[in-house]
Amino acid sequence: MDESRLTSTSMNEVLERFKAGKPAALSRGISIVENQRDGFEAFLHAAMQTKLQGRRIGLTGPPGAGKSSLVALLTEFYISQGERVGVLAVDPTSPQTGGALLGDRIRMNDIAIDENVFIRSMATRGSLGGLAATTKEILDLMDCFGFDRLLAETVGVGQTEFEIARAVDTVVVVLVPESGDSIQAMKAGLMEIADIFIVNKADRPGSDKLVKEVRQAIHLRSGHNFKGFAGHHGPVIEVHDTAELNELDDELGWEPLVLKTNALTGEGIQELTQAIESHEEWIQGSGELQKRRKLRTEVRIREVMHRELVNRSIASRTVNKILTKRVEAVLSGHATPYSVAMELVDQFLEKDQ
Amino acid sequence: MSEERRVRVLVAKPGLDGHDRGAKVIASAFRDAGFEVIYTGLHQTPEMIVSAAVQEDVDVVAMSVLSGAHMTLFPRVKELLGQAGADNVLVTGGGIIPKDDVKELEDMGIGRLFGPGTSTKESIAYVKEWFAIHAVSR
Repeated sequence: MDESRLTSTSMNEVLERFKAGKPAALSRGISIVENQRDGFEAFLHAAMQTKLQGRRIGLTGPPGAGKSSLVALLTEFYISQGERVGVLAVDPTSPQTGGALLGDRIRMNDIAIDENVFIRSMATRGSLGGLAATTKEILDLMDCFGFDRLLAETVGVGQTEFEIARAVDTVVVVLVPESGDSIQAMKAGLMEIADIFIVNKADRPGSDKLVKEVRQAIHLRSGHNFKGFAGHHGPVIEVHDTAELNELDDELGWEPLVLKTNALTGEGIQELTQAIESHEEWIQGSGELQKRRKLRTEVRIREVMHRELVNRSIASRTVNKILTKRVEAVLSGHATPYSVAMELVDQFLEKDQ
Repeated sequence: MSEERRVRVLVAKPGLDGHDRGAKVIASAFRDAGFEVIYTGLHQTPEMIVSAAVQEDVDVVAMSVLSGAHMTLFPRVKELLGQAGADNVLVTGGGIIPKDDVKELEDMGIGRLFGPGTSTKESIAYVKEWFAIHAVSR
């Protein structure tokens, strides 16, 4: 791509300072991408002349489950290991006003001024799926900046916000004991994307029950058929002979881990970091990481193509000229929106490439 | 291609006073005015505020100070922003600030400071007006 398409000198300046490792330039770079300022794709292209290798962890779950607090605790752990950590936290934009209240930093004060930590909040700006339209591109940008670890936090999800699975290597789904009733409804989507389940606020009543329910749902899905669970009203049977289970695991790949944490006291955080590590070992060893990264790249290319085609066709003079004329034909019954659209696409692909 | 750029505001509550009602009212009002508001909670040091302002690439830092420490906090945040190369950020705010102090702070380059009883409409209009004139492209 022609780098002269960077539209202003200031964008060039940002790029230079970005490459020199200045956090303020990363910050401005993120804004450029987030605002999709003219030339932002050329900017990304120029910034991305390096291999992406940051480890990416995504946290998702219902509002108030403790995602931000867990992100802060995980970040604390990783910086204690000498890593540099980038955090990207997404909160919803009001569809009425376009405004947003981004409050994830409230839980991150302990890590806020560590020089090895960079935190950025972003609003969804109308995008569905739990992330903003440019979240994945901003993760790439942060990756290129040289963070060892990237933590992405979604908006509080309900039942359809699963974009995170396409953005990170390890998905942590955070639940609270009160999620018990909703787990039935959330099962379908969440079961499919979670690599690790967390039952946070585990000091509250119902946490053990939820852990059991989640494990049961996982086993149902993976074909373990209630191993370790007695029938209706029955007691819990501890499985001591796990050889059979392990054999199944090898066949099925990764079975999501279910852990309890208490973000307030830090209980269970060590176990969470260990679980993340074993998932990382598994995705690397099994070839799953390569698979996910390949899919991610493919999806990215398609998304950029999609955006570019849409933008170019909207801006196309040929398209707009014919469109204005053909509207009359549709109104008078001589054409349909479909015949006109097909004609326009054909015209566009022939003339405007 | 790019739509109208959103105003990004950091609403911050510096120092030791714990009265955050005002900050929360302002944060909600700004959100309802269509701004993207980053709220960081209580007990922020000037260093934390500036670090957040830089990382979040905000246009405006709005501080609520009810502790009487305004003559220290506002200039300090302004100074640190300058050191971080973010001197194009508007520093504004509100609280219990005597008129003479307001004058002195505004002379130092701090934006308008709003006292008790100010309508949120007024502060929103002020930020919008400032943004239309001074905001840099980002």
